[in-house]
Amino acid sequence: MIKILYFAWVRDAAGIAEESVAPPKSVSTVGDLGDFLAARSDGHARAFADRARLRCAIDLVLVEFDAPIAGAKEIAFFPPVTGG
Amino acid sequence: MIEVRVHEADFDVGVESNRLVHAGVGAIASFVGIVRAEDGLASLTLDHYPSMTEQALRMLAVQGAQRWDLAAVTLIHRFGTLHPGERIVFVGTASPHRAAALEACSYLIDRLKTDAPFWKRETFDDGSAAWVEARLSDDAAATRWG
Repeated sequence: MIKILYFAWVRDAAGIAEESVAPPKSVSTVGDLGDFLAARSDGHARAFADRARLRCAIDLVLVEFDAPIAGAKEIAFFPPVTGG
Repeated sequence: MIEVRVHEADFDVGVESNRLVHAGVGAIASFVGIVRAEDGLASLTLDHYPSMTEQALRMLAVQGAQRWDLAAVTLIHRFGTLHPGERIVFVGTASPHRAAALEACSYLIDRLKTDAPFWKRETFDDGSAAWVEARLSDDAAATRWG
C-alpha cells in the first residue's frame, strides 16, 4: 500500500486529505499513478486534470512526473508552492 | 550552526538576530516577510506539509552553507492564519564577509519560495477565499541561482 497525500486546492478538488492505495504493477511512474488516481472519483479527475499545475513529492522529496514509484511509502500531490 | 523552525507562533526578530551574533563573525544579514495589507484582504492561511517542510528548509540551509562561507543560518516559517502586518518568515545568515551574508540570505528566500511546501489561502473581507497561485517571477528568481 502507498499512502497518498493531497494539499491545498488539490485536496479541495479530490475531497480527501489522504488515502491508501495499492496500484497494479502497470503503474510504475508518478504520471501513471496520477492516471490511476484520477479514475477514483470525479473530484480526483478534477484534481489531476491539469498536470502542469501539479507538483509531487515521493517520501518527502520533490520529483518529476516521470519518476518511478517503486518502493515509495508516501506520495504527495500539491500545487506549486506559495510560501515565503 | 543551522536553526530551522516551523510553527504557528510569532518570532522575535531581535532574539533571532542576537542568536546570529553569537556565531561570532562580522556580518549578519536577515530578511523578514510580512503579510501585505492588500485591498480587501482579511487574512492569509498558510497550509503546509508538516513532515516535509522542516526537511526541505534544512536542505536549503545546508545548500546555502555549502555555497557561501556561513557561520550560521536561521530559517523560520509560520503556518496557520495570519493577518496583514504579521510576520510570516525569517531568513538570517551570519558570515565573516558581508557579500556572503547578503547573497546567501537572498538565495535562501528565493529558493524557499519555490522549494518549501507551503501554500497560502487568502480570505477577503466579504468572506470569499482563494488559494494563491504560484508566480512565474518566483520561479525566475529561484532559477537565477543555478
